[in-house]
Amino acid sequence: MGLLSLSSVKAYYGESQALFDVNLEVNEGEIVALMGRNGTGKSTTVKSIFQMIPTKGELLFSGKNLSKLKSFQVSRLGAGLVPEGRRIFGQLSVKENLIATSREGRWNLEEINDLFPKLKERSGQVASSLSGGEQQMLAIARALMTNPRLLILDEATEGLAPIIRQEIWSAIKTLRNDTGLAILIIDKSIRELRQICDRVVILEKGRTVWRGNIDQLSNEVTQEFIGV
Amino acid sequence: MIKESHLNIFVLGLLIFVPFFAYWNDQPFTITLMTRAVIFAIAAVGLNLALGIGGFISFGHAAFFGLGGYVMGILAWHSQNYVTLVEWPILIEGTKSMPIIWIITIAASAFLAAIIGMISLKTTGVYFIMITLAFAQMMYYFSTSWSAYGGEDGLSIYVRNNFPGLNTLDPIQFFSICCVILLIVLFFMGRLIKSPFGLALNASRQSRQRIEAVGFDFHKLQLTAFILSGAITGLSGALFADLNRFVSPSMFSWQLSGEFIVFIIIGGVGRLFGPVIGALIFVWLEHLIGGISDYWHIFLGFILLAIVLFGKGGIIGLLSREDAQHE
Repeated sequence: MGLLSLSSVKAYYGESQALFDVNLEVNEGEIVALMGRNGTGKSTTVKSIFQMIPTKGELLFSGKNLSKLKSFQVSRLGAGLVPEGRRIFGQLSVKENLIATSREGRWNLEEINDLFPKLKERSGQVASSLSGGEQQMLAIARALMTNPRLLILDEATEGLAPIIRQEIWSAIKTLRNDTGLAILIIDKSIRELRQICDRVVILEKGRTVWRGNIDQLSNEVTQEFIGV
Repeated sequence: MIKESHLNIFVLGLLIFVPFFAYWNDQPFTITLMTRAVIFAIAAVGLNLALGIGGFISFGHAAFFGLGGYVMGILAWHSQNYVTLVEWPILIEGTKSMPIIWIITIAASAFLAAIIGMISLKTTGVYFIMITLAFAQMMYYFSTSWSAYGGEDGLSIYVRNNFPGLNTLDPIQFFSICCVILLIVLFFMGRLIKSPFGLALNASRQSRQRIEAVGFDFHKLQLTAFILSGAITGLSGALFADLNRFVSPSMFSWQLSGEFIVFIIIGGVGRLFGPVIGALIFVWLEHLIGGISDYWHIFLGFILLAIVLFGKGGIIGLLSREDAQHE
């Protein structure tokens, strides 16, 4: 059984159904890309995992049923979230953002500073005054400080300058090579994803339409479901 | 511009210097005035945890202030009149010992805060304000009808309670007790704000969803803060009743809850010394302008208006130009 397993997941925003049949699995130490065009339900899937919206179907994390848990309990099970749009705690300093979320485990301030040296330089700075790239680094660092077993990155490189995107991808590679952390990554950068991912899950209109290893991901598939 | 930390040290120096200067110049009234300011500051520092850091505006903190007053009043009254407080299942008599009264006050206020918090923190915004106000008003009307302890007339305690090794009737010694408690509360609060709990509380004010996504139980965070906040304000109520040697339903009044909020806004919301500066300014304005006109609140209103319009960070924000974490 995978670390995270979603079977026939449905999700709702009030009366309106956003997910119809999402199936995905992430195993320990594995990197899985969740892809699809805009509005296909990728971020809604993340919200479903964290129980931020009502869901149906089977959502298991390490064998535990997520649908009976609250958002903070999902996090405590070992799911770390880097939300879409960064969403750091803007009024706290960089260091305070990290201290506030720290939990026992491998990741501490020193490890974070090694992974993102820029954050060490900005340690005392109010988070809202950081550049977009630095805020993204902080969002990843904050999630790591919860010492997750699974890191979920929702559009972590969206809207960033190419050089900053490279830094983020480099950090994700380091996470993969040095820590063996399981990662579910939502992104559209196929070239970078091909270098680091083990498997891919593609959504369309709230349904899983393609699942397979990254080397099986042909141009025809990406053309058909992602449009690139 | 002054650094906030320098300003805090200046205020602390002033807080200690003025009463001792008054003592050497034989001005006991000034010492009493400063004691009053210090006690109000403790109450507002307590509220600042909920309002400034947690972001939930309690308009009912007088409930804890009044409870602290009545705990002190009831315990001292029973002790003075040699009337047993409880006979069954265990014998409880009153006490005149300040430390014992404080411990009971803190426990009682924390318990009340837990009950009020569990109910009111299910709501937010204006509903939270109204529910906390409603609880304080319930306490107010209960105390007015509690004839065993003076009802509307209140309860007089003829002799101030005891503190080991000190003469509490001496104004400077009683001031010293209150000032040390304020310093302890400020030290505790300073550590708390920078602790993972305090930072998470601050973060929870910025976004509930985000703080839950990193593993914090939002309600538990807020409730813990509310209990701590209520306990500190309750302790100040016991000191206030000891200062006046009198406790009455007015300690539960909504005006008092409003004044605590005003102290925080004047000094600076979410700032460690904001409530201290606000309480000092309020008490001295009340004394200086109140001596000239009964309508001194008009001047207070102007100050409040000016601060809200031109100095969002309160007096500290205006003087230091440093942003507080809430801004």
